[in-house]
Amino acid sequence: MSTLRRTMLFMPGNNPGMLQNAGILGADSVILDLEDAVNTTEKDSARILVRNAIKNVDFCGTEVVVRINPLSTEFGYQDVKVIAESGPDIIMVPKATEEDIKTVDEMICRIEDENNTQKGKIKLFALIETAYGVENVYNIIKSSKRVVGILLGAEDLTADLEIERTKSGEEIMYARNKIAISCRACRIDAIDTPFTDTDDLEGLKNDTKKGKSIGMTGKAAISPRQIDTIHEVYAPSDKEIAYAQRVIKAVEDAKRQGKGAFSLDGKMVDAPIITRAKTILEKAKSMAIV
Amino acid sequence: MSFLNIKKPARAGTMESNDIYIMIQPCDEGNKIQLESTVIKQFGKQIEKAIEETLAELGVKNAYIVAKDRGALDCTIRARIETAVMRAI
Repeated sequence: MSTLRRTMLFMPGNNPGMLQNAGILGADSVILDLEDAVNTTEKDSARILVRNAIKNVDFCGTEVVVRINPLSTEFGYQDVKVIAESGPDIIMVPKATEEDIKTVDEMICRIEDENNTQKGKIKLFALIETAYGVENVYNIIKSSKRVVGILLGAEDLTADLEIERTKSGEEIMYARNKIAISCRACRIDAIDTPFTDTDDLEGLKNDTKKGKSIGMTGKAAISPRQIDTIHEVYAPSDKEIAYAQRVIKAVEDAKRQGKGAFSLDGKMVDAPIITRAKTILEKAKSMAIV
Repeated sequence: MSFLNIKKPARAGTMESNDIYIMIQPCDEGNKIQLESTVIKQFGKQIEKAIEETLAELGVKNAYIVAKDRGALDCTIRARIETAVMRAI
């Protein structure tokens, strides 16, 4: 989890104006979308436009992700072929299964060989949006070394489950928990489903907090307006940073004094607490908070 | 280099800002370009050059192109021309 992915902003793949401004909106990653945001009659057009944008547009250091069409459609394979050659940071596979991830991995390997480009440079994100995907998420992560994260797609998931999608999101808590735990177990990113009401920033804040509280590492956004709110939630608080700094100082003091075990504020400081403190400080540093 | 024969009329792109709308059809007298642009005075020659180069790279020699530009970047112009060509062969 070395790359910071608090926000992954969806951008329609067939809109040149949005593509050329994608890098200046402040998101950690942008997802150039060839799937739902593009009409079936424009899939060819969007694919070529996104390929050219990756090769020519300055994304100002923002991570570039391309969501391809599912491999079960007539567009998926051609998307992988054309987009992998242009060298995005990540290819996102929708309705991902283990087989899909393996297939895309093999296709990218072949393209990397043919073009003599760095092996393994293009990473994968699996979009989990079916009941089968949720139950199988750990195996999907393990099906390729390129997988660096999972995105939960709650709209399609609830459609697959034939249940109502609500604003409070109780119906997706199991999926969120399962994905967060599997991702943490494999040390990859768990990105929460987007909050679809772009006018309700308070609702977005609460929904983002819910995801963070169960171990999600970031959240997808569908509007640039949502970025600041999500970043605010995922930023470590002043209290967390201050405590983490004290833990690290206590570790250094204990080392100097030759102590194996020690306590802080009357509580034993063990390895998980030290790891957590380090993670918080690393995160704060990468967000330029400390 | 292989030669792509334009066989039927096709379109690509939109009239939205930062895009370019391309209409293509077969032409008996080589490649011909008719360009309209909001920035024709500043970038007309550059846009025509991008269109000509893309046609040449694709091996197209019989296209009549009508292009309506709304301030598209070079990479967008090239993408829309390529799409129009692929739809026209």
